[in-house]
Amino acid sequence: MSASVDAISAIKAKFSQITDRPSRDCPAVDVPNADIVTVLRTLRDEGGFDLLSDLTAIDWAEGASPRFTAVYHLYSTVSHAAIRVATPCIGEDSAPTVPSVVTLWPAANWHEREAFDMFGIKFETHPDLRRILMWDGYPYHPLRKEFPLAGIETALPDLEVAEETKAKVIAAPMMGGPFVASAGEMNLTEAEPRAKDESWNERSAKPDA
Amino acid sequence: MATEFAFPDSAAKAAGAEQDFAPEKMSLSMGPSHPSTHGVLRLQMELDGEILVKCDPVLGYLHRGDEKIAENMTYNQFVPYTDRLDYLAPLANNMAFAIAVERLAGLEVPARCQAIRVLTAEMARVSAHLMGLGAFGLDVGAWTVLVHSLNQREHLYKLFEELTGARFTTSYTRIGGVTRDVPEGWLGRVIEFCDRFEPALEETLALLTRNKIFQDRTVGVGIISKEDAIAYGLTGPNLRGSGVSLDLRKDKPYSGYEQYEFDVPIGSKGDCYDRYLCRGEEMRQSVRIIRQVIAKFPRGDWYAKDARKIFAPPKDKILTSMEELINNFMIVTEGPQIPAGEVYFEAENPKGALGFYIVSKGGGVPWRLKIRSPSFCNLSILPKVCAGTMISDVVTLLGSLDFVMGECDR
Repeated sequence: MSASVDAISAIKAKFSQITDRPSRDCPAVDVPNADIVTVLRTLRDEGGFDLLSDLTAIDWAEGASPRFTAVYHLYSTVSHAAIRVATPCIGEDSAPTVPSVVTLWPAANWHEREAFDMFGIKFETHPDLRRILMWDGYPYHPLRKEFPLAGIETALPDLEVAEETKAKVIAAPMMGGPFVASAGEMNLTEAEPRAKDESWNERSAKPDA
Repeated sequence: MATEFAFPDSAAKAAGAEQDFAPEKMSLSMGPSHPSTHGVLRLQMELDGEILVKCDPVLGYLHRGDEKIAENMTYNQFVPYTDRLDYLAPLANNMAFAIAVERLAGLEVPARCQAIRVLTAEMARVSAHLMGLGAFGLDVGAWTVLVHSLNQREHLYKLFEELTGARFTTSYTRIGGVTRDVPEGWLGRVIEFCDRFEPALEETLALLTRNKIFQDRTVGVGIISKEDAIAYGLTGPNLRGSGVSLDLRKDKPYSGYEQYEFDVPIGSKGDCYDRYLCRGEEMRQSVRIIRQVIAKFPRGDWYAKDARKIFAPPKDKILTSMEELINNFMIVTEGPQIPAGEVYFEAENPKGALGFYIVSKGGGVPWRLKIRSPSFCNLSILPKVCAGTMISDVVTLLGSLDFVMGECDR
């Protein structure tokens, strides 16, 4: 743990724009969007954080500022220290951007593709920013808070098959599950786990379909 | 380490030199349903004769949206979903998830609960490595190994069934404890299993370790250098096979791993054979840990009794006391009450470091839950290692990387 604390104080001495981030486990810092690559490179080359454990993003819901935060978890294979670095994404909600760190860690390649796929975050200078879990041409970013749990009906990825079969990817029927609990302050009845959209199910079709 | 990694694709594009391929190059799609891709991985390959020029893994065929689902249910409801990540070692996943949430709650579980979790996680490691070993043998043409290893795994599954009620999808942990204490006489049966398993393991490994055909297929094939392994974020036996001594059980001990003595095997060359040797030795070490856990199995509680708002009270109390009934109702409907904050916890799973990054705004439902799956990270090195190898070696390489698509695609 002390190695992580040392690394944090060293990086804070070097870059005055870094602030502490509240954390329950490893030391964590917030870095401005523009400095993220420089700070991470310094941490890698001077702090000894040679392994990028994880790279992900958080959606703080519509209207929040910043709406999206990119989070990096670094690990040192020598001192076994771990730290968390976070940076806000800038730009429109439809295309938040953050600089890519693929040149620092090739491991970031797939992680950034996943964050792009799930949140629509544009990683600038990423060599190959394609979807990775959903198919090419899928129109939504499913981990965004406004995307419904049941999903949204879309065309099949293979257009020829779609034309032939007149089929499409349909949303999941929510009747009977998953039983969804709700977070936040509300009364017990509302917080109780239940299927949230009971207006349609396997037997009776969705009203507007 | 002051290096920049250049990507050939982007460099070529930047120079305006759009590469057009000579007509004799063949493009081949392997998978998503192919026996050696261990599930539904698809490799989009470009071949020059038998040599791979380019390999592009296509993922997502088993994507269930676990992270989205997690945001919409309580912590305990998500435990069954963790079974289905690395479905060869569900007990280890259960444990990793429970510890991550407990770290967020600042909750320490009793010594007996920790011991049970370590015991089950090591048994899961043996079972996962047995399957990995058998499938790897099958990939390179050694059929007998699979029969031997599945035989041993069956004994483990019987023990899992006795403990958790399920052979495969165990859902054994809860936040703040486990679902039930170990049954009467069960520990003795685990020791009996160890006694039978140790000679059987040596017999199984002897089928491969000095086998000329196996060595010809694996030695010097799919070499991953130490630097590459770290840069691509490999973990687990794949990283250790490349000679990096990183084992989270030793380096950042959790759940009382610091009390047990075990060695961390590392490879020297980083080829498929080294990764096989590492897995074999890890099974021996796991049995060593299992014996130690049982030898000093602590008495006492098997769940956190003081965690009133997190772990549901025992059934007999619920049926006899009004307050406990209300408490149980609150935990079931609203979920375990976890304070706001964020936590990242990685556990050393059979496939590598399984990480959970949980952001909580308080209450029983996570705001964001990211699963850092080791198979996903381990596979990301595939385009790099595959370039320039023979197509038959790709099968060996996939077997030696030992990935599970359920975890990779989430």
